[in-house]
Amino acid sequence: MDEKLAFFFWDLGQYLLNGLAQGSIYALIALGYTMVYGIIRLINFAHGEFYMLGAFLGYFLIKSGTPFLVALPIAMVGSGLFAVLVERIVYRPIRHAGRIPALITALGVSLFLQYFGQNTVGADPKPFPSAIANETYFFGELMVTKIQLIIMGTALFLMLFLRWLVMSTKIGKAMRATSYNHQAAELMGIDTNSIISMTFFIGASLAGAAGVLVGMYYNTVEPMMGLIPGLKAFVAAVLGGIGIIPGAALGGLVLGVAENLVVGFWTSTYRDAVAFAILILILLVKPSGLLGKNTREKV
Amino acid sequence: MKLISALIASLSFLSVFSLHAKADLKIGAVFPMTGPIATYGQESVNGMRMALEEINKTGIKGQKIELMVEDNKGEPVESANSARKLIHVNKVLAVIGSVASSNTLAQAPIAQEAKVPLMTPASTNPKVTQTGDFISRTCFTDDFQGVVMAKFAAENLKAKNAAIIVDNSSDYSKGLAKVFRTEFTRLGGKVIDTEFSYQQKDTDFRTLLQKMRRVKPDVVFLPGYYAEVGLILKQAREMGISVSFLGGDGWDSPTLQELAGPEGIKNNYISSHFSPDDKDPKVQNFVNEYVKRYKQKPGAMAALGYDAMLVMAHAMTNAKALDHENLKNSINSTKNFTGVTGNITIDGDRNAQKSAVVLETTAAGNVFKQKVNP
Repeated sequence: MDEKLAFFFWDLGQYLLNGLAQGSIYALIALGYTMVYGIIRLINFAHGEFYMLGAFLGYFLIKSGTPFLVALPIAMVGSGLFAVLVERIVYRPIRHAGRIPALITALGVSLFLQYFGQNTVGADPKPFPSAIANETYFFGELMVTKIQLIIMGTALFLMLFLRWLVMSTKIGKAMRATSYNHQAAELMGIDTNSIISMTFFIGASLAGAAGVLVGMYYNTVEPMMGLIPGLKAFVAAVLGGIGIIPGAALGGLVLGVAENLVVGFWTSTYRDAVAFAILILILLVKPSGLLGKNTREKV
Repeated sequence: MKLISALIASLSFLSVFSLHAKADLKIGAVFPMTGPIATYGQESVNGMRMALEEINKTGIKGQKIELMVEDNKGEPVESANSARKLIHVNKVLAVIGSVASSNTLAQAPIAQEAKVPLMTPASTNPKVTQTGDFISRTCFTDDFQGVVMAKFAAENLKAKNAAIIVDNSSDYSKGLAKVFRTEFTRLGGKVIDTEFSYQQKDTDFRTLLQKMRRVKPDVVFLPGYYAEVGLILKQAREMGISVSFLGGDGWDSPTLQELAGPEGIKNNYISSHFSPDDKDPKVQNFVNEYVKRYKQKPGAMAALGYDAMLVMAHAMTNAKALDHENLKNSINSTKNFTGVTGNITIDGDRNAQKSAVVLETTAAGNVFKQKVNP
């Protein structure tokens, strides 16, 4: 019986750890969702595709022999620039047409990128080249792989960097100003268009980073890979309080951990059902999300 | 642009052609050319086209066969749409397809209702042909495949405890798991009660595998498709789980080796329809010809596609007249047709009675272990 109890705690620890690794990825994607929403009130459904694009950039770069530490930033910049381009030619012209047209447009962009991807690179899952020899470290019964550590480390670093960027730099100040009041910010001499571009760039490059990490973690990339994580990240962003940066990070981690606990202690069949039930419960109690009220620092 | 110009070219070619010769016999094909099980569709169609070229050298009663391929992306809804289009818009004589049972089950009622013969080269779930008398298959069923693997686990691997991991979104996987459970229990083994399941397109299996490790199985039966199976194998070996995994023909794809990696692929066994190592000269001819054309070794789906096309042509030649009803009767009375995947006889339930092979998966490809007759 004692051994059983010990195993229970080891397993609990293992599920939490797996959840944190998965949650870090949701969090990275959720950050971009929440930033874009914070600044132009657009739920950018194409965000999952920026993540897919990052994964494919990483795939092609690493396959052609680029080391991981070089491929990651290039993939990030690539998805970022692509997002800026999408914003410039698709979202900006309809920005003043209201929120619903923008939402529909975002859905259109998302579908376009998914099927464009299927047509160009093919829809079959591609094995991601192993950029880093994966090792497993054991702590008692607990195991953690090198890639899990890299994922959590990179996610933490990028989140802290984002926090610094938004709270302590001039660009961050301009972003916050634009988010609070678009017109007032413009009157104060802030070029809101380039601030919005900047926001898209940062959000998409975080998603791109998540894409490369996921490609490495699961060893597979395909054009539809952005669909489910994109949806889950949206949930994470709402869970934490959409528009609030630490909320997105927290929401992502909560969702990742919840999913793994359901799989571990119950059954995979109900994984998504339970994850979404949690979302509904939290929103019933706190409609503005976990961090909804007290820290309203939108970007 | 390329597509449009190709379309125009083929249309104009067709109209010129139809002035001079009898119209081609249209056979529809519904396969996953893209999506998570794309290599199945591509291999099947490769095999079918190879067979078609041989058939069209002489033609069927003076007419050539035209193959119309629709992509179902590996999804049931798309399969139903494709079947409907082929039957009602293109007015095909018969449909061949698809590979995954869930997809074939989606199109079977449509074909049955329209009274158009539907022949699947590779869907093994028993329910597929129970839809009606117009639905047949040229492969064995999971009732046979599951038994083969249960026997292999109990007799060759001497396993006492088995865990089963099921793909809950697949009829194929659930059906095969059920047969394995019954047969393995009948042979004196014990199947662990805990339910281990996942969904198509899942990518993270670490928590599931951790849970499975605790029940200490001697062997794990994993009747899934290669995209998820590859990831499961890789993650299991990374976690230090060294137990053998057993699977069915859903593993039989060259992509499995790439996804699972050299460590993950070792020490696992599958049942399948065909082994390219088979010394039979007919098989070796097929393998050589296939390698020459497509620059890769044929998997089971290529061989099944090849055979299905030949059985279809054989049935067309023997049909009293080339209409749906007579073709159906001719298909259903196929006897002792020798294909590269074995001897094909369509039985009273419109299933093929055929032998299966057990293969060991290795980094260099699947290696032949044994042949099991029905």
